[in-house]
Amino acid sequence: MIPMYDLSLHILDIVENSIRAGARNVWIDIMQNTKKKRLDIIIKDDGKGMDDKEIRSASDPFFTTKKGKKVGLGISLFAQAAHATDGEIIIKSQKGKGTEVRASFNLYHPDMKPLGDMDETVRVLRATHRDVTFRYIKHDKYMP
Amino acid sequence: MKLKPSDLDKIAQKMRSVTNLRKGTSRIKITVHMGTCGIASGARDILSAFLSCVEEEGVSDVLITTSGCAGLCSREPMATVEARDKPPVKYVDLTKEKVKRIFKDYVMGGKIVEEYALAIGSERVL
Ligand SMILES: Nc1ncnc2c1ncn2[C@@H]1O[C@H](COP(=O)(O)OP(=O)(O)OP(=O)(O)O)[C@@H](O)[C@H]1O
Ligand code: FES
Ligand SMILES: [Mg+2]
Repeated sequence: MIPMYDLSLHILDIVENSIRAGARNVWIDIMQNTKKKRLDIIIKDDGKGMDDKEIRSASDPFFTTKKGKKVGLGISLFAQAAHATDGEIIIKSQKGKGTEVRASFNLYHPDMKPLGDMDETVRVLRATHRDVTFRYIKHDKYMP
Repeated sequence: MKLKPSDLDKIAQKMRSVTNLRKGTSRIKITVHMGTCGIASGARDILSAFLSCVEEEGVSDVLITTSGCAGLCSREPMATVEARDKPPVKYVDLTKEKVKRIFKDYVMGGKIVEEYALAIGSERVL
């Protein structure tokens, strides 16, 4: 794949899933902790959610619910980016309630991708989906 | 959470403006395909470029939105432009320059930019 896929583009990709799932609210939280050398990205939505089977298949590149499409790459690539830094990805979802995708990264790993232009990602999301509310917060040092 | 009557009004108002948009009070709808390959080939910049055109021209009847993948990875970035009462035109291999041209010629001028179009309606032109 194209090497220039920075984290802000992964986030855009994951949020597009939320929009396809009919979300009215999307929460994006980025937590950077330089002391713990860790970066966490949490994308949460109130879209239609997934059942257990769908969650399991969601990170499989050969699974997609999109019509006429053979592979779904968004989540797999995001997971790959996290795994490349020895990080991990966790998907929590409840049918009818919403979905949370949480990825953690080792901040100083040589394969860590740059964050990229988050402001631009949030700006285009807001401009093109006016009926969806996006909340974006970048927390520095803070760790839950 | 308790809802006040004024909140309900606000919600109703918001819903109305959303449905108006959906019902197509806008003259032209531009859909940029934002599947994974679309994004990888630069769809965010293309979206940005369309938004800048809207701003520069000061038009309020052009709706810009996104959809998932259109199943044609090799021709991304792509956008579908739908003018009311006209067949949708699918533009492929987009660049910022092409976006400007499409906006000027087609959105503002009504002239399809055939060199960049993949298909008009269900007919293939390229
Ligand atoms: N936020 C979400 N809410 C509900 N379902 C989701 C969500 N995110 C992903 N899914 C499900 O998981 C599938 C896989 O997602 P993924 O982003 O990996 O691929 P895709 O969106 O199908 O295609 P691509 O991202 O390559 O254009 C989706 O088709 C959808 O069914
Ligand atoms: S995302 Fe693959 S064809 Fe569009
Ligand atoms: Mg996706």
